[in-house]
Amino acid sequence: MSESKIVLEAKGITKQFPGVLANDNVNFDLRKGEIHALLGENGAGKSTLMNLLYGLHNPDKGEISVGGKTATILSPKDSIALGIGMVHQHFMLIPVFTVAENVMLGDETVKNGSLDRATVAARITEISKQYGLDVDPNALVGPLPVGIQQRVEIVKTLYRNAEIVILDEPTAVLTPQEADDLFRIMRDLTARGVSIIFITHKLKEVLAIADRITVMRAGRVINTVIPSETDSAQLANMMVGRQVILTVDKKDHEAEEEILKVEGISVRDQRDLETVHNVSFTVRGGEVLGIAGVQGNGQTELSEALTGLRSPTTGKVTIDGKDLTGKSPRIITEAGLGHIPEDRQRHGLVLSYSVADNMALCDYYHAPFSSRGVIQPKALDENSRRLISAFDVRTPSPFVNAGKLSGGNQQKVIVARELSRNVKLVIANQPTRGLDVGSIEYIHGEIIKMRGRGVAVLLISAELDEIMALSDRIAVMYRGQIVAIVDAKKTTREQLGLWMAGAQVQAA
Amino acid sequence: MQSEKQSNSPIKKLLQSISDASLVPFLAILTAVVIGGIIIKLVGGDPFLAYKGLLQGAFGSKKALSETAVWATPYIFAGLAVALAFKGGLFNIGAEGQLAVGAVFSALIGYALPEWLGFDLPVYIHLPLAIFVGMLTGGIWAGIVGALKAYTGGHEVINTIMMNYIALNTTSFLLNGIMKDRSPTNVIARTPLIAESARMPEIFDGLRIHWGFVLALLVAFFIWWLLNKTTLGFEIRTVGLNPDAAQYAGINVKRTIILTMMLSGALAGLAGSIEVTGLNYRHELGFSIGYGYDAIAIALLGKSHPLGIVLAAFLFAAMRNGATRMQFLTQLPVDLISMIQALILLFVAADAIVRYIYRIKSKGERVVLTRGWGG
Repeated sequence: MSESKIVLEAKGITKQFPGVLANDNVNFDLRKGEIHALLGENGAGKSTLMNLLYGLHNPDKGEISVGGKTATILSPKDSIALGIGMVHQHFMLIPVFTVAENVMLGDETVKNGSLDRATVAARITEISKQYGLDVDPNALVGPLPVGIQQRVEIVKTLYRNAEIVILDEPTAVLTPQEADDLFRIMRDLTARGVSIIFITHKLKEVLAIADRITVMRAGRVINTVIPSETDSAQLANMMVGRQVILTVDKKDHEAEEEILKVEGISVRDQRDLETVHNVSFTVRGGEVLGIAGVQGNGQTELSEALTGLRSPTTGKVTIDGKDLTGKSPRIITEAGLGHIPEDRQRHGLVLSYSVADNMALCDYYHAPFSSRGVIQPKALDENSRRLISAFDVRTPSPFVNAGKLSGGNQQKVIVARELSRNVKLVIANQPTRGLDVGSIEYIHGEIIKMRGRGVAVLLISAELDEIMALSDRIAVMYRGQIVAIVDAKKTTREQLGLWMAGAQVQAA
Repeated sequence: MQSEKQSNSPIKKLLQSISDASLVPFLAILTAVVIGGIIIKLVGGDPFLAYKGLLQGAFGSKKALSETAVWATPYIFAGLAVALAFKGGLFNIGAEGQLAVGAVFSALIGYALPEWLGFDLPVYIHLPLAIFVGMLTGGIWAGIVGALKAYTGGHEVINTIMMNYIALNTTSFLLNGIMKDRSPTNVIARTPLIAESARMPEIFDGLRIHWGFVLALLVAFFIWWLLNKTTLGFEIRTVGLNPDAAQYAGINVKRTIILTMMLSGALAGLAGSIEVTGLNYRHELGFSIGYGYDAIAIALLGKSHPLGIVLAAFLFAAMRNGATRMQFLTQLPVDLISMIQALILLFVAADAIVRYIYRIKSKGERVVLTRGWGG
């Protein structure tokens, strides 16, 4: 592979944005038929480099050459003409159009003044067969699973004769199974001569699939390595710039009395479909119960029902002996719940509020934050300064809007707020989704600290690694039911994966 | 990491935030005035004379100043009403109707209560009661829309417009019917005069400026305090900015929506009450020439900040009041002023135009006043 020719090369690329040197003398090359992973934390400059290659930005300095010839890429039109295609992290599809209509969008084939859907569909079927993509050109895009929508995006690039495909964080939205399918497709593509740039921050993935790995940090290329000559720890070290502890160190200890008790609850979602059926479990003090499962198997509705955002249709929820079934979030919070919500920007924060205000979002109404209905700014200020230093939130000041912080620091604001209260139970739903290695490490450490203090922790996560690293017991959720609850030490990744995919539990 | 460049002096910070917030409205006004001047020139008028007349009419004498304040009073109340709703994520287009309801009921208490009771009330009971009933009824009128939004999801824009039709036509019906002034010479749809005990005292002899103006300034300060310093204000703003986060934080979102609408309606009702008890001493059909609609413009121009609203209300009041003098000096139609007001609003609403003309960089976040339809 190493002797194949270079199809794309970027030399000495520098790009300055107001206040940030996003790319600093970056060198990068891509060989024919390889998967070249671009690894780095959020803000390392990966996306900027790709946007330069795709023509969304123009470099201040440096040279890009495609197929050995110097290329001027001023817009995506130029890059498409040069055979470069990009699949963005957030898909650019129109849900009410069919696959064929989406694929031809911007490059429509017209016959007798109307769209020639048949020809386009035939081409899509051909591409789809050739690369094992399995996409139906006549299906509406909206109802398709995320994994298939991503394939439509890939078809879109191939339809425009792309020989270089840029995949921007493609696995962020996929289930583990869908990710495996994607990796198979990526290998099929490279086997047929397509070259792939694979942008990610997940170490395991790059080690599994990349031919070469380039690590970026703070706008610079740190190194380019081959997977066989490196390991996760070294990559993490390069990404973060310091030693990172990838395993969570937790001590064995006896769990205490029952804190959360869930008895036979069923929950309906906003379309009035029952997405949680007759679920029962308990979480004891000093214990982490992990709920594993492919996303969309009722975890969202379950956590909403437990935190008061949604009422269960049947069943009973008690916290520390108090019946809190269908009670409001405030009553449940006052009973001792700390809740790290699934969607931090939708539920967890008011982005245009200051960090100080956000840190009192659930407590603003009682002392010391208010007195007789009047907010006490001093108390808010002191509280936020204390939490900012205790939880290492990187913010210029407590008065900065939460929306201005990075994702990891936004999550730390929530974690600080929720864990600093006098809580008995913590429900953490996808607590590290989309975060960088450093923040993940930190938040995992905080969750384990709570466990050490005798707090009951319910951890809901789609990341199996996270579940396995933190949990004492693991429950697997599949189609709205808990199909198994096992001791974390007595199970394997493979076994959990099978249950997550719907395999029956053996009576044992 | 961002550097900590912001100055630490609170006064400097305040001045900075005021100048940041008022830059676009100020340039919008300037641009509208310049375009207005060009149009005056094009139709053969003298723009300098016209604007001189406008200024004289608005500020040129004690009487002019007093009249500007009289105009500004309902503008401030109604502007605050719309702005408070904006802060709560609600678009109250119904200030006009709420204002009419408040005016009708204040007038009713003002003229009919002594008759019903059979004795006269002292001013310190009768006047506050008349004002309170105006606020209460305006609040209930708007609260209905809030309840519809909270419990059925019915959009407040549609429902406040519908409630305006109901309010304005019912008012017309009442003023032509059971509430009509029965004095033999009267042919107008209006109520009888309210009792002396329900009238606000004058501030100065011979000038129409009344204590309602002072009250408007006090209420503006109160609303600023309520929104920014109290837990209720925190709840209203949180629901307005992110209702999902508000629910998560344990705020009763439905209750807050209804309460926000009621407070908004109470302020609009207060605008009507004060016109009755402070100025006209009766309710007359058509006394409100669109205060409730101008209020939307004022809330936008004032960026929903109480101080901004007071200033914007003054601007609109000065333009309305000065227009007559302008017409007298230049024979230009008063409607020209409406045109300039519309231009100002256009430039404030589409601030990208102003930013483009004056090459101002946007500071990032866009102000979204209300959420989308069916939100």
